[in-house]
Amino acid sequence: MTEILVLVDHVDGAVRKPAYELLAIAKRLGSPAAVFIGAPDKADAAVAALTKFGADKVYVVDDAPIKGYLVAPKAEVLQQIAAQAQPGAILITSSAEGKEIAGRLAIKLDSGLITDAVDVQADGGAPVTTQSVFAGNFTVNAKVTKGTPIITVKPNAAAPEEAAGAGVRADVAATVSDSARLAQIVAAQPRTSSGRPELTEAAIVVSGGRGTGGNFDPVNALADALGAAVGASRAAVDSGWVPHTYQVGQTGKTVSPQLYIAAGISGAIQHRAGMQTSKTIIAINKDEEAPLFELVDLGVVGDLHTVLPAATEAINQRKG
Amino acid sequence: MNIVVCVKYVPDATAEQKFEADNTVDRVNVDGLLSELDEYAVEQSLQLKEKTEGAEVTALCIGPEKAADAIRKALQMGADKGVHVSDEAIAGSDAAATSKILAEAVKKIGGVDLVVCGMASTDGGMSVVPAMLAERLGLPQVTFASVIENQGKEFRIRRDGDVATEIIGATAPLVLSVTDQSGEARYPSFKGIMAAKKKPVETWSLADLGVDAGEVGLANAWTAVEQTTARPPRSAGEIVTDEGGSGAAALVDFLAAKKFI
Ligand SMILES: Cc1cc2nc3c(=O)[nH]c(=O)nc-3n(C[C@H](O)[C@H](O)[C@H](O)COP(=O)(O)OP(=O)(O)OC[C@H]3O[C@@H](n4cnc5c(N)ncnc54)[C@H](O)[C@@H]3O)c2cc1C
Ligand SMILES: Nc1ncnc2c1ncn2[C@@H]1O[C@H](COP(=O)(O)O)[C@@H](O)[C@H]1O
Repeated sequence: MTEILVLVDHVDGAVRKPAYELLAIAKRLGSPAAVFIGAPDKADAAVAALTKFGADKVYVVDDAPIKGYLVAPKAEVLQQIAAQAQPGAILITSSAEGKEIAGRLAIKLDSGLITDAVDVQADGGAPVTTQSVFAGNFTVNAKVTKGTPIITVKPNAAAPEEAAGAGVRADVAATVSDSARLAQIVAAQPRTSSGRPELTEAAIVVSGGRGTGGNFDPVNALADALGAAVGASRAAVDSGWVPHTYQVGQTGKTVSPQLYIAAGISGAIQHRAGMQTSKTIIAINKDEEAPLFELVDLGVVGDLHTVLPAATEAINQRKG
Repeated sequence: MNIVVCVKYVPDATAEQKFEADNTVDRVNVDGLLSELDEYAVEQSLQLKEKTEGAEVTALCIGPEKAADAIRKALQMGADKGVHVSDEAIAGSDAAATSKILAEAVKKIGGVDLVVCGMASTDGGMSVVPAMLAERLGLPQVTFASVIENQGKEFRIRRDGDVATEIIGATAPLVLSVTDQSGEARYPSFKGIMAAKKKPVETWSLADLGVDAGEVGLANAWTAVEQTTARPPRSAGEIVTDEGGSGAAALVDFLAAKKFI
């Protein structure tokens, strides 16, 4: 069966959930073949984890000549593996890095690239993608017409499937050119974990905007009562109240959770672009004219500083 | 330092956006403007120019006739000259084709030290053209910069990623892209608007760039849109006004009914 390459998204060898989602999608298209670029001492555990979620093959690439450089070396590695495997498609997580690797790879392989798919299905072997465009106002179905389809897929596009694959390990000695190593990471400050779920992966997101007036406590408390991630509007980020990584919207993250709760956010088009495809939407806003109320399943006209704490207390009481 | 800033002309995001019968974005019957995210690229290019003696900024745009507006805006902000690549055959091009035309234009401009892009176009929004352009030009990319610093041709940028904040270094020539965290873009001054009228803008066709029309455009795209569907409007939800705790009660009841708690 044709191999479907999946570039594995991981942090220091710990495989992230979107990689398992890609394996589930790869299974629809052919035989899932994961590409793990990482430290050799982390490879065994990664191979085992990926096999559990359906990888028939795992290409293991020692990242010694790669880490510390920006995307170009990874694109070279994928090019080399693709030349050998002749895959039916290449799937990559739709992160900033993933999209850039995909972009360089598409040029190298002279292949079509589709980004930000929210679904991928097989149409007689050829992948058909679904994308959400124009701030979520349209969905688009597309196909790659030249070369090997390269598709970047958003987190949550599929559910991971725990069904063991053949898990054959293939170690690849990749060669990385000097010209791919011209952009170097000279320093890195790892992000401290909030202990909450990842914004793009969370089932529930509670976001705060300018209406919080800088006090995110009620937002954080409700999020924790619901086991949710915390998000924010750009106004809240620009005011320095929360880090930029919290931003939901056109120039922040796109989220599509089961439930999105927006407190003190007006609902500008750029914010909607990042949350409009959420399954259920709740807004709390003082202003009954706030445009976000057009999108909601439930809207509460009121002050978030009284509504959120009261709701949080009631939820915590129910939980006992 | 010879800086090229890539600016795209896009449909106004606050107006209604539509598709044409051939599933391409309707770019003719809508008001357009310089992509807001490319204003940040222009701003950073101008700041680099201002601190570098003899530096020059060229605004480069691929797009229909109306797209000249995007170049004009960049010139009004302070860019020195413009290059507009316009050709009937370009309509419907995808990112791969766009990056090809941009790459050829950068080569024709010649001696370019820095290609500066926005983080994404506000219409297509793939965020891949800068990486594709770097690949085609064989240059390093330092992308999604929120802070840019340089000493001559040595560049350092800050990138606020998901997992870490990184400082990335590379030597020009290179491709740079900047985020909307890089600092507000300036408004054109009256003097800038007057000066822009005298600044040179060259218009190039595909033939001028030696690009074959058969390599670009809708019919030759690397991807094909098969179908576009307008999202069904969300059915109107319930709106309650909080009075003496009724808002929180409604919220909690709703969450319980939907099994979120
Ligand atoms: C190129 C570009 C990209 C952008 N990208 C993004 C993006 O990615 N994400 C994003 O969010 N924005 C983005 N924006 C900004 C966007 O246009 C809006 O400015 C922003 O979303 C507004 O944030 P806000 O809703 O928090 O603030 P506001 O619009 O000021 O709304 C605050 C709301 O809070 C309500 N409120 C005030 N006090 C209370 C209270 N006590 N209780 C309840 N409600 C209260 C008010 O009624 C109001 O509706 C972008 C803009 C541009 C130009
Ligand atoms: N038609 C175009 N003309 C000039 N620059 C462009 C064009 N399309 C894309 N770009 C540049 O590439 C960046 C990213 O675009 P995209 O990959 O489409 O999101 C933009 O912010 C621009 O700087």
